Amino acid sequence: MTSERKLLTGNGAAAWGARLAGADYIPAFPITPQTEIIETLSRWIDHGDMAAKLVILESEHSMITAAGAAASTGVRTFTATSSQGLLYGMEMIYTVAGWRAPFVLVNVSRALASPVTLEPDHNDVLAARDSGFLQIHCATCQEVLDATLIAYRLGEDPRVRLPVIVNEDGFYLSFTREPVTLPDSNAAKEFVGEFDAGNIQFRASSPTSQAVAVLGGSPYSYFRYENHLAAENALTVFDEICTEFAQRFDRHYDAIESYQLEDADYAFFMMGCFATKAKAAVDSLREAGWRIGLLQPRLLRPYPAEKIRQALAGKKGVAVIDQNLSMGKGGILHSELASILYGHLDAPSILCSFIGGLGGRDIAPEEFFEIAKLLKQAADIGITPAPRLIYTADELRQIRKLQAIAQVERTELNNKS
Amino acid sequence: MNETRFKRIKDLPSTHLLGTGTPMCAGCGGLQAINDIYDVLGEKTVFINAAGCMTLLSIYPFTPFRGSWLYTAMASAPAGAQGVRDALDILLEKKKITPDENLTTVVLTGDGSAYGMGLSATSAAIDRNLDFLYICYDNEGYGNTGQQSSSATPHGARTSTSTGSLGYPGFKKDLFAIWAAHKPAYVATVIGAEPLDLARKIEKAARMTGPRFIISLAPCPTGWGFDPKDTSYVGNLAVKSGVWPLKEYIDGKVVHTKTPAIRVPVEDYLLSQGRFSHLFEPTRNDGLINEIQNKVDAYWADIT
Repeated sequence: MTSERKLLTGNGAAAWGARLAGADYIPAFPITPQTEIIETLSRWIDHGDMAAKLVILESEHSMITAAGAAASTGVRTFTATSSQGLLYGMEMIYTVAGWRAPFVLVNVSRALASPVTLEPDHNDVLAARDSGFLQIHCATCQEVLDATLIAYRLGEDPRVRLPVIVNEDGFYLSFTREPVTLPDSNAAKEFVGEFDAGNIQFRASSPTSQAVAVLGGSPYSYFRYENHLAAENALTVFDEICTEFAQRFDRHYDAIESYQLEDADYAFFMMGCFATKAKAAVDSLREAGWRIGLLQPRLLRPYPAEKIRQALAGKKGVAVIDQNLSMGKGGILHSELASILYGHLDAPSILCSFIGGLGGRDIAPEEFFEIAKLLKQAADIGITPAPRLIYTADELRQIRKLQAIAQVERTELNNKS
Repeated sequence: MNETRFKRIKDLPSTHLLGTGTPMCAGCGGLQAINDIYDVLGEKTVFINAAGCMTLLSIYPFTPFRGSWLYTAMASAPAGAQGVRDALDILLEKKKITPDENLTTVVLTGDGSAYGMGLSATSAAIDRNLDFLYICYDNEGYGNTGQQSSSATPHGARTSTSTGSLGYPGFKKDLFAIWAAHKPAYVATVIGAEPLDLARKIEKAARMTGPRFIISLAPCPTGWGFDPKDTSYVGNLAVKSGVWPLKEYIDGKVVHTKTPAIRVPVEDYLLSQGRFSHLFEPTRNDGLINEIQNKVDAYWADIT
């Protein structure tokens, strides 16, 4: 087995994932910051490096419909989108998940309008949280490639049979080159295996009706419960697949990623590539004598509740840093974490909520240190503080400047007219 | 090859392929057409459906189709056809299925999807020269939700969202012309009340490749307000009055397949349906009746 090491962007890694997984069909639609993925695949196909068909649809809604329809016909399908595109296709994200036809969609996270912007946060992918798609969240370019291969195995497993979103953060990961080990193509092929579509097909000799209507809540509930139970099966299946992946490629993945957590009193809880910033903060804090670590969910759906509970058992406090915002409620990961910890005796008694990194806004090392300080204070006095929206006085001053310019220009225009 | 096997009415299939007992309304003009269309297309088909009345044909675990079916959503049935067609082509090319396993991809939508929400997906499917057949059953309103106005609703018709004395203020969109402007392989209008004309057109379309389109006017007893036994009567009047021209677009030309020698007054057609009763009662609205007649006359004045 010969593996190759290359400098790849997150988008390049996603394209390699699709190529090495042997995707046969790629319905596509351009959107920043995802476009490089479909351009790369398109170039490979045009030059005979990849035997697949790529079709540009006229919208993400159609793209996801075509992806689900092709998967329902029994073809291995790959697609990718971002942000507004994921939302434009959201009706079909929910719809095709119920078709129980597996395929992989790479979402390159980008913050949602309004205001419209390009840089990342997780509100786009979290809008798909309850759709029935499974979700794997990546923090490095290597993970993007590996997760894509794993996602095919996971989605296509007869115990699961669900589409999978592999998420990478726009710009920070999508356009950042990192050294990535490319698995040997035969080894990757052997690992992913042939797509055994089973009875998911349209064939003249075996007519099938798929995605038909139901009448009434009882059959509806049945199929929805089936979808949920299949998603839960993916917890065990993910572990099995990752064990095999580690044996074949010597890279180890778990549904959760822990860093310096075992002996820690305190923990950051974060998802996506900004978690690597938290890792760096953990290193600095450890040097300063802190017993602090990081817990990073890799699998968000299904939610690895038991693993998270075990990893956080006995900690004094956890700071959840949400790169998303549910208006009028707060951080989504914070709510989810609280829901699985509540009522468990050895759960951390302090769970602090911080919102940061919206629209690609950086989270500085000093901010991680401040979060750690607040977390310790809260644990010491035993009172959970109110959720914090991370924003500095200097940032506010910059905004006031922009507002002042806008005001001056408006006054100027009004005077002219 | 171009010779039709439907020379006279008795050449039409005498037994129907589509199962009975569907939940469609009695006298459904859409189902009447689909029955005849299915007889010609046969069971080596996969129907890709958009939200509408016909979505209720397949309710778990029943279906009247002997072939296959995929329900998508209201806006994207042509994209569903793209996915199925491409997947079948990939499987054929990679020899993972034999040619006898191949299916014809058929999109089935109502006018709400075809004239409105699904138009962008349809336009793009033609751009991509998708090999599929699109069947629109046009009951001139959002029938499944109780006949609200759609962009297929004719001028002056009463709908559940146009209940005033003048009815629907808009004009029926010319979907035939919009589709034909894309220069697809084939576009035709049909109606269940003219089964021979319908069968010949479906037969012709089935022998072609590329994007092919059928718009079937679908007289709707519940939405239009007539007795279910009169579906064919209303359909015949639509043709004889010239309200529903039977035509096809093929090789860049539009050909009328049935030109009424003497057109009956449009009034006869309007009087056959409750949705136009406000044009006659409590007082007769000659202005609006004449406006509708003049539109029809103007259309046919250009047809030689």
